[in-house]
Amino acid sequence: MKRRQLLASAAALGAMTLAIPAFAQDEKLKVGFIYVGPVGDGGWTYQHDLGRQAIEAEYGDKIETTFIESVPEGADAERALTQLALAGNKLIFATSFGFMDAVINVAAKFPDVKFEHATGYKRADNVATYDARFYEGRAVIGTIAGRMTESNKIGYIGSFPIPEVIQGINSAYIHAKKVNPDVEMKVVWVYSWFDPAKEADAAAALIAEGVDVFMQHTDSTAPLAKAQEAGALGFGQASDMANFAPSPRISSIIDNWAPYYIKRVGAALDGTWASEGTWAGIGDGEVVIGEITETVPAEVKAEAEALRDQIASGAYHPFTGPLKKADGSDWLAEGAVASDEELSGMNFFVEGITAQIPQ
Amino acid sequence: MIDLTTLIPMLMAASTPILFAALGELVVERAGVLNLGVEGMMIVGALAGFATAVATGNPYLGFVAAAVAGAAVSMVFALLTQVLLANQVASGLALTMFGLGLAALFGKAYEGIKAPAVGPGPLGLNWIVWLGLASVPAIWWFLNRTRPGLILRGVGENHDAAHGLGHPVRRFRTGAIAFGGAMAGIGGAFISIAIVLQWTEGMTAGAGWIALAIVVFSNWTAPGVLAGAWLFGGVTVLQLRLQAAGVAVPVQLLSMAPYLATILVLVLISARQKFSRRAGLGAPGSLGQNFHALR
Repeated sequence: MKRRQLLASAAALGAMTLAIPAFAQDEKLKVGFIYVGPVGDGGWTYQHDLGRQAIEAEYGDKIETTFIESVPEGADAERALTQLALAGNKLIFATSFGFMDAVINVAAKFPDVKFEHATGYKRADNVATYDARFYEGRAVIGTIAGRMTESNKIGYIGSFPIPEVIQGINSAYIHAKKVNPDVEMKVVWVYSWFDPAKEADAAAALIAEGVDVFMQHTDSTAPLAKAQEAGALGFGQASDMANFAPSPRISSIIDNWAPYYIKRVGAALDGTWASEGTWAGIGDGEVVIGEITETVPAEVKAEAEALRDQIASGAYHPFTGPLKKADGSDWLAEGAVASDEELSGMNFFVEGITAQIPQ
Repeated sequence: MIDLTTLIPMLMAASTPILFAALGELVVERAGVLNLGVEGMMIVGALAGFATAVATGNPYLGFVAAAVAGAAVSMVFALLTQVLLANQVASGLALTMFGLGLAALFGKAYEGIKAPAVGPGPLGLNWIVWLGLASVPAIWWFLNRTRPGLILRGVGENHDAAHGLGHPVRRFRTGAIAFGGAMAGIGGAFISIAIVLQWTEGMTAGAGWIALAIVVFSNWTAPGVLAGAWLFGGVTVLQLRLQAAGVAVPVQLLSMAPYLATILVLVLISARQKFSRRAGLGAPGSLGQNFHALR
């Protein structure tokens, strides 16, 4: 739904509630979403919208959902959230890190509305946060990348140098290095979550540096199109991106928000909703490894799937020592596992990555 | 360190969308019209070109359709500013929003589809890149060496004088607007058909605004537009390449460079305004002003 329609429906609703005040009592639970990108981005926002569709399928007539797409991370976010709250939404999902302060500000003004913020760290009584352990999936595709590279150069297209993205780069590198000690990691930052032309240029820059397998932490399919042209390999990001299978897309890391959304809407419906922070991974079904295509040899596929299952069962943590930081200082001792606090504030590369994190 | 034989083709391809859009806008502004709707026309071209390329399987037909679609939406702007004499700045901004909305609406059906690829031409660059390059001397020649080009410039410099001499001001301006729309459409289609190969909403990501900046940077000359497009496109590509090569450069500084260069050029132009005007450079005299024959 576009903003204009939403305004109109908000006005209409306002008029209705004025006319029949009792109407509001037995109303359905209204659930609102704001998205940072277009629903059709085929990546991040698309997956959140699949989650929205999943709650509609699950709860049917008991709920009603609304979304506003392509909301910039700034003053507009606050406006969009306020509109959703005024339109009677009692549970609102804000699905991008940059909405964080807007969520906190608007939540303070609407204490009886429940807010959920994706990938943030600021909570309040009516603001919960949720995130997924994407680094678990990165470990699996990093393993595949390490095995599949012939030039021993793998690449990573990063969006912004924030902990979530740095975790992914480190995790992918650590596991590529485990299966291929000669592997080298090249990193390009594009400073955008969604800029297809720039993402394509970033992929081309990596390919020109000899990279033949790369991963991305940006939302468009443009890097895969570039990979196809150049004969390189890549992975679907956030979504399946199956259009590019079996090659150049050899597997994918999929965000599956449906289980979480179903759980939280259920809690809001039966009155057990409480503010909390959730960080779930492969084991909870929030991070899914997409189909590993036949371009990948069977033994590599088996190896990747074994790692996936070990992570899912909790038998293995992707950040297990011994690990050093890129500057040579010690980080994790033999067998030690990184704490969630350390991970969520991660601002360094591990030993072996020669790229710099822009300050 | 960085191989120039791969850097230069990358730079040329990356700057092609803004080169087309800026060349189109150059002609529009030389005719005395300020069309801020470049972004809107580009995204409409990106969608129309993509849809046609998918439907026909021929990417070149896609570019033709993009030019037609870009010119068609630019006629909305022409109607507003040339017939109804609406404010050009407001109409241009409206055209951008209209184009973005229109493309988003009709683009839903094309999400997740792949476009047929444009085959490589000389040096591994496709023919559209070369067409963009060839447009530079062609437009320079048209504006400086042909009678219609000189009349168009006259219309842009002083529409009352041009009218007094019996030149059809509105017709020239409408033609220029259509040409600008067609060029912006081709530029947008280059993004969807040749760079990204998919349709996604908002995929031009501000390229139209950069094209507008380049026209100012170029001091309203075709060779200047080429230099500006390569500078803006080049810096983007260069900073990505430097990162991939592992060279620690302050990325923000490089990204800022084209804008700093634009400011510098603007300062130089105003400092040498007298010289510039004598040499026939600088902003067209009637830029942004509406023309009404009865005035």
